[in-house]
Amino acid sequence: MSDVNVKVNGIPVSVPAGTTVLDAAAAVGIEIPTLCYMKEINAIGACRICVAEIKGRAGLVASCVYPVAEGMEILTNSETVAKARRTTLELILSNHRTDCLTCARNQNCELQRLSADMGVEDIRFKSDNLQPEIEASTPHLVRDNSKCILCRRCVAVCRVNQGVSVIGPNDRGFATHIGSPYERDLAETGCVSCGQCVAVCPTGALTDNDETGRVWEAIKDPKKHVVVGTAPSVRVTLGECFGNPPGLNVEGKMVTALRRIGFDRVFDVDVSADLTIMEEGTEFLHRVENGGVLPLITSCSPGWIRFCEQFYPEFIPNLSSCKSPQQMFGAMMKTYYAEKSGVAPEDIFVVCIMPCTAKKFENRRDFQSAVEGLADVDVSLTTRELARMINRAGLKFNSLPDEEFDPAFGVSTGAGLIFGATGGVMEAALRTVSEIVTGREAKSLEFHDVRGVKGIKEASYNLDGKTVNVAVCSGLANARALLESVKSGEKKYDFIEIMGCPGGCVNGGGQPIQPQSVRNSTDLRAVRAAALYGTDKEMPLRKSHENPLIKELYATYLEKPGSHKAHKLLHTKYKARAKYAV
Amino acid sequence: MPNKRTFVPFKGTAEQEQTLNEVITAHKGKPGANMPVLQKAQEIYGYLPEEVLVKIADGLDVSLSELYGVISFYTQFTVNPKGEHQVSVCMGTACYVKGAADILAEAEKKLGIKAGSITKDGRFSIDATRCIGACGLAPVMTVDEDVYGRLTPGEVAGILEKYL
Repeated sequence: MSDVNVKVNGIPVSVPAGTTVLDAAAAVGIEIPTLCYMKEINAIGACRICVAEIKGRAGLVASCVYPVAEGMEILTNSETVAKARRTTLELILSNHRTDCLTCARNQNCELQRLSADMGVEDIRFKSDNLQPEIEASTPHLVRDNSKCILCRRCVAVCRVNQGVSVIGPNDRGFATHIGSPYERDLAETGCVSCGQCVAVCPTGALTDNDETGRVWEAIKDPKKHVVVGTAPSVRVTLGECFGNPPGLNVEGKMVTALRRIGFDRVFDVDVSADLTIMEEGTEFLHRVENGGVLPLITSCSPGWIRFCEQFYPEFIPNLSSCKSPQQMFGAMMKTYYAEKSGVAPEDIFVVCIMPCTAKKFENRRDFQSAVEGLADVDVSLTTRELARMINRAGLKFNSLPDEEFDPAFGVSTGAGLIFGATGGVMEAALRTVSEIVTGREAKSLEFHDVRGVKGIKEASYNLDGKTVNVAVCSGLANARALLESVKSGEKKYDFIEIMGCPGGCVNGGGQPIQPQSVRNSTDLRAVRAAALYGTDKEMPLRKSHENPLIKELYATYLEKPGSHKAHKLLHTKYKARAKYAV
Repeated sequence: MPNKRTFVPFKGTAEQEQTLNEVITAHKGKPGANMPVLQKAQEIYGYLPEEVLVKIADGLDVSLSELYGVISFYTQFTVNPKGEHQVSVCMGTACYVKGAADILAEAEKKLGIKAGSITKDGRFSIDATRCIGACGLAPVMTVDEDVYGRLTPGEVAGILEKYL
């Protein structure tokens, strides 16, 4: 399409036809404030915060949806615009329960920020009867509609990115609210606990089900031996909670912080990611050699697992029976580590720091206890909850020295680390499987076809004369598309990696909140993943089967991958779940 | 929560389901299918319980939340069946300023249900309606086709008793 010439606040610029006023302004370095707009996900012109004035046109336009035209003169900051924007904001505030001081999103709230930017110092239209409207039926989130500004960003990610669609705007006018069909509790719907809605909520209307209190209690309890494990992606995102740019690896500081918070042992879930590769790789080869159900589909992502059980139960036989790395970590703590350290399993309290809200659902699932009567993982915290603990402990995160994981379960590989990005599990598996099959060291350890943020990636590899077709998919709407193509017979794969969140764990629902303005201009998925691949490249160990801890684990405890004991401790079961409550 | 959840058990028949399936088939894949299918479904069943909406969602391949958003938006849709006697209290501006809220409260008290729902025996349902165009008689309540105007709360119980 041809370019059109416009002026934004008098600055001439040439942009492709069809460009929105918002993007044209961005092209000359002007950021128009937005609330409901999400690049490529939600452009509905609903919140009216992004209004702009077009010379010669009556009324204001929503810049996120209004396309530019030749000769257009756009004013983004005229008195009319400023007044309209401010009134809109004041009206939003009139129906928002402002308890900023005690809100989980204090100092990290887009509405608060906007109010400060626009200099709203007095709420002219006060609503005196706003009461909390708490929905806390699920294990992972708390919704308080009294803080909801109806931007519908949660609805958009649930529908567009995830294809789960269990929330929407119900009723109309002043009664409009975000809810589920027939006002059912979220727990009664098909919600998969992915938490993408929490990660994009501009206010405190959607927050974590905060379980830090349980962890503090365990730490204070002298009888408890509290161990913590951190997921691969957390080290490249946690820094954002302390003002660092996305994509910084803060592993050393994170370990120090955890130790100073008072955990008895600080371990790395990357180790159990390596363990997952050993078990899942073996399972894959076993299925290939014995005519088992293919494609094998990965089982690391509990949001994806729940999605599969609910919407595609016919694919349950395809799911790897491997527990996720979090659950394998817990299982190893309460069996192998208990035995080695001489601490009774019931005295070990396992905490996992995860990029994920669905992990809170996963650790409550059936068939997740290696020691009868004990959950593998006691508490699963999000990256955000860990940041809260660090602040509460009074630690100056950015000034902390770097420390290393405790060695008993803290030696990891690049393979385990890249689990945090979409394609990482597949690449880690390929690094190991290719060597097992061919019996010789692989020429290259990098499988670039399965990297990157694309929703569905495909590749074929030749393993000793046998072609293996793989697919990698992230985001549940993409999973839906992929599974439909497998179901119809259009596509044939041997091995599929599916992650519930777009971009994989680096963009998990439990990751640090970034304002939408940052999300619109930075691809967090790519930037955070780059930090993982960069670290992987520098690591001395990059293959799961070369991890000395893994070797020791099999030599002294688990016998061999896929052994009877490994199955008992490291594998799980799934069940079909109803899509609807009726 | 009135008219948000269905309070009576679903008793759809095979004939109704077949008619619904035909409607869905006729509209599937066409743009703007939701509204006509929802309207037809309400004609078939008289209301839109979850059991029916689930069939439409799966049939049209749209999400239940999207459909529920539509039916909770438009007052023409109801998630509860109407009673043998339909009580409506006008909440238009004229009726409202003349005390329609008190009339409605009195009717709700007498029948023991909230506006938008139906009595357990299925005999009465109450609705708060928009302006019915009888402003001169404000406040107005109708029972089936009968119109009662210039009401005081004290008269409501007596009127409803005539239909018991």
